[in-house]
Amino acid sequence: MRLELKNLYDDFRDPDTIKALAKLIYNEAKGLQKPVNIMEVCGGHTHTIMKYGLKQLLPESIRFIHGPGCPVCIMPKERIDHATILARQPDVILVTLGDMIKVPGSRGSLQQARSEGADVRFVYSPLDALKIAKENPDKTVIFFAIGFETTTPMTAALIDRAEKLGVKNLLYHINHVTVPEVMRELIDSRDEHIDSYNNRIDAFIGPSHVSVIAGAKIYKEFPKRYGRPVVVSGFEPVDVMEGVWMLVRQFVQNRCALEIQYRRSVTMEGNLTAQKQIEKIFEKRGLFKWRGLGNIPHSALKLREAYAHLDAERVYADILPVEEIEDHKLCICGDILRGMAEPTECQVFGTACTPSKPLGSCMVSSEGACAAYYKYGDLLK
Amino acid sequence: MCLSIPSKVVKIDKEKATAVVDTMGVQREVGIDFIENEVKIGDYVLIHIGFAMNIISEEEALASIETYKEILALMDEEQKRQAILDGNNCSG
Ligand code: SF4
Ligand code: SF4
Repeated sequence: MRLELKNLYDDFRDPDTIKALAKLIYNEAKGLQKPVNIMEVCGGHTHTIMKYGLKQLLPESIRFIHGPGCPVCIMPKERIDHATILARQPDVILVTLGDMIKVPGSRGSLQQARSEGADVRFVYSPLDALKIAKENPDKTVIFFAIGFETTTPMTAALIDRAEKLGVKNLLYHINHVTVPEVMRELIDSRDEHIDSYNNRIDAFIGPSHVSVIAGAKIYKEFPKRYGRPVVVSGFEPVDVMEGVWMLVRQFVQNRCALEIQYRRSVTMEGNLTAQKQIEKIFEKRGLFKWRGLGNIPHSALKLREAYAHLDAERVYADILPVEEIEDHKLCICGDILRGMAEPTECQVFGTACTPSKPLGSCMVSSEGACAAYYKYGDLLK
Repeated sequence: MCLSIPSKVVKIDKEKATAVVDTMGVQREVGIDFIENEVKIGDYVLIHIGFAMNIISEEEALASIETYKEILALMDEEQKRQAILDGNNCSG
């Protein structure tokens, strides 16, 4: 049988299969000594869990903790301010991916900047920035690059292509972040009120797309050093359910390992060509601030010295502010991301904070935990 | 933003490192910088923001589907019915 698209959709969303897996998990979970808190690191999973009501299909002993989510939601106001300031420069075209459109900084969102006359363009592929640069030789095009390990090679490919083609009017503002560092932060983080967040997270579900590029190997330290099993899973509901099943089995069998559920696309090594490309162009940043989580060491990338002349952060250093901006004081995103609270525990959830007027990071992108609860919340009743 | 859709490769331009892919009837050009050498017409690839990220392993994809079918087959009719009913109850 030749693989057909239909199989990929239907079979991985088949309600009967989802329910059968739920049954298996129920049976397996009877062997658990204590409840298991599973953090889904990525908002894509949160979305699937909420959309297909997977939470409700599982026994009470299995709980989901919603992780940092999406590169869009964790973008701190400071960086968005950079984008809106750059966009408002004369003769600048700011190009970024569609999801950034409504995320507010302290001076509004890119959408607002555009409605006030700034030339902001939302694209589906970084390669479109190259096209825009070629079509507008008298303008400076700035690509506001965002994303986890998944999107980093695409920015690298764009930079490489532009260099080879001798395109001179294309600069980059780099906001690429990395997943293992934030996971480490979530396990290690301490709070003055609560001694440690540490024991809240028992296991992780890793996003498949990150590992398509970076390999499952990036999570090796979690079972080994931290005693937290990791299963790299796909985004379809059946994938998530199988991932949960694999984790529960590990607990019941007293194992702690790194496993791949999404074998149809993820390997331990990942895509080496893409990794090489990233290595060539980027290096680690010392600190990067995550919206809701604060500064996390080595959790982001910047351009290597050889590409410094293409770095919009350097070229426009004199107009880009560096002061830190506080998150909204009612917002409890930090606690949500650390597994200490549920979105519905937030005082302003669904009232002062909604997807069209988000106060905090978790409501900002459709993949944030608060946004997912807002959209699919009825399922919880 | 990472929700990739499997697409079928219909044309390849090695020079430009691009391919034309078909995603549920919609055709578009994507970068194949990261899978240049191995990709063939008829392969299924995952597209993410304008690039083919990976060839989907047909064997593995079919194998997982088979596994799920086996799980269902393992249950007798009553279990299956129960699993489905339980599920329905929960999601209200
Ligand atoms: S954008 Fe990618 S990393 Fe972010 S939530 Fe979606 S799938 Fe996950
Ligand atoms: S509902 Fe809004 S303010 Fe409250 S935690 Fe979520 S994002 Fe923050």
